[in-house]
Amino acid sequence: MNRTSSIAMRELRAYFNSPIAYVFLLAFGGSSMFAFFYVNAFFARGQADLRGLFSALPLLTLLLVPALTMRLWAEEAKTGTLELLLTLPAKDVELVWGKFLASWALLAVGLVITMPLAITVSALGNLDWGPVFGGYLGALLLGAAYLAVGQFVSAMTENQILAFILALVMCIVLYGLGTEMITGVFPDRTATILRALGTGSRFQSIARGVIDLRDLLYYVSLTLFFLGLGIGVLRAKRWT
Amino acid sequence: MIEFRDLEKSYGEVQALRGISATIEPGQVVGLLGPNGAGKTTAMRILVGYFLPTAGTVRVAGIDVTQDPLAVQQRIGYLPENAPIYGEMLVQEFLRFVADMRGLDAITGRKRILKAVDRCDIGKVLTRPIAHLSKGYRQRVGLAGTILHDPEILILDEPTTGLDPNQIVEMRELIREMGRTKTVILSTHILPEVEASCNRAIILIDGQIRADGTLEELTRSSVQVVSVAADNPGEAVQLFESLPGVVAVEHEGAVDRFHTYRLKLLGGSDVGAAVFDAVKERGWSMRELRRDDKTLEQVFRELTEVATEEAA
Repeated sequence: MNRTSSIAMRELRAYFNSPIAYVFLLAFGGSSMFAFFYVNAFFARGQADLRGLFSALPLLTLLLVPALTMRLWAEEAKTGTLELLLTLPAKDVELVWGKFLASWALLAVGLVITMPLAITVSALGNLDWGPVFGGYLGALLLGAAYLAVGQFVSAMTENQILAFILALVMCIVLYGLGTEMITGVFPDRTATILRALGTGSRFQSIARGVIDLRDLLYYVSLTLFFLGLGIGVLRAKRWT
Repeated sequence: MIEFRDLEKSYGEVQALRGISATIEPGQVVGLLGPNGAGKTTAMRILVGYFLPTAGTVRVAGIDVTQDPLAVQQRIGYLPENAPIYGEMLVQEFLRFVADMRGLDAITGRKRILKAVDRCDIGKVLTRPIAHLSKGYRQRVGLAGTILHDPEILILDEPTTGLDPNQIVEMRELIREMGRTKTVILSTHILPEVEASCNRAIILIDGQIRADGTLEELTRSSVQVVSVAADNPGEAVQLFESLPGVVAVEHEGAVDRFHTYRLKLLGGSDVGAAVFDAVKERGWSMRELRRDDKTLEQVFRELTEVATEEAA
């Protein structure tokens, strides 16, 4: 087994050996059901689509992802295992990537849990599967960006609570940039730029079923950017 | 071979290492001694590539740690202080994880794990979560992970802290046994530890090497004590002063007809035989002839006192 996957497997096991994984999956599944049936009033709308789910996903992932990432590095720093990990012959890229893959896999499991919704809807009416797959793909990539932000923040501290709050704040800022509440204050041109930078505004078109390659690329580059920053933080630790 | 050259490390304003140079040959078991905060852990952390030095270099088998940390880490087994290991993992999971990270394939990994388990005697706890283990078992599990890839070099940071006396003895035996085939550097502030397991000691005080040598070299003093029944005490002083290697002679006192003298010697000289012959020639009787060797404890305290005086 290569080092990235052994890190990822270890992290996954750590998630499932603690309550974090179960609480996350329960909260994620529960709140998406709630958003779908109650907030978005699926039955009252009478439309056989998953828009209710997908329009809620950016906010749901935003709130729950920091709980997955807060421990990734902060816990290692606190318990001292960071020293063990960083003196094993592994590249920082392998460590960061391995941890990211583990957290991403857990998020993917969370998304799979919501899939019965799609199956139910398709049983009730004529569901267009294209936007559904697009929506899930978009949610995976959006979640990846949040996970990368969370891991970066976790690497900076040994306090998990702090890592949680900082990740939450950063994700909210990224999300909020493109919302009307913010863009409305600015002139048109600035508003366009903000909409392009916001994680939430990009997702609106995805939730509607419109997959634009640029949106996907945006999430991928955001992810890589913050994973890169995470690696930078690990390097910097050695200088202190 | 491990080579420290002019190694310096600062944490902001604090200078943890102020220029350390030492060469450690293969097969040596080196005790890194020093009071708390002397820089032992810092020196080790730089050696294993966890910290980067502010100045100077560390080479392991000719490879600069800062240039190719992975190649150095492959050759080294490092057990940090208190053996930090993942509490939620089972012992066997942890060992398998380390084997994977060390790049051992499934079959070799299995073989090495069995060997390490046997060597560290942790067969009984393989299926237990690490968080539930006693301190002694944790330390041994940590050590098993450290020797898994059969490294040429072992770096152990305070391997016996927190262990009970029996466990300390066992740990020392393990270290001594591994010292037969490997280069070992262990840090400690417990002196008997060095006397029990090391053949070389480096005393680090306030970020500097204050003494470095084999245990004999460090504890050998430059004072020879002689007790003889000379016809005339002044004559004895003259005789001893005339011997090559003797710098000064001090008359310490007399019991009955035996007078005791302390001969201060030039560093490294041995005058025992010469004193004996000279005394025999005169026909005096001799009651005592010994080197006033110091314990490692005395050496350590003297050096620490010198350092504090210098600081003051």
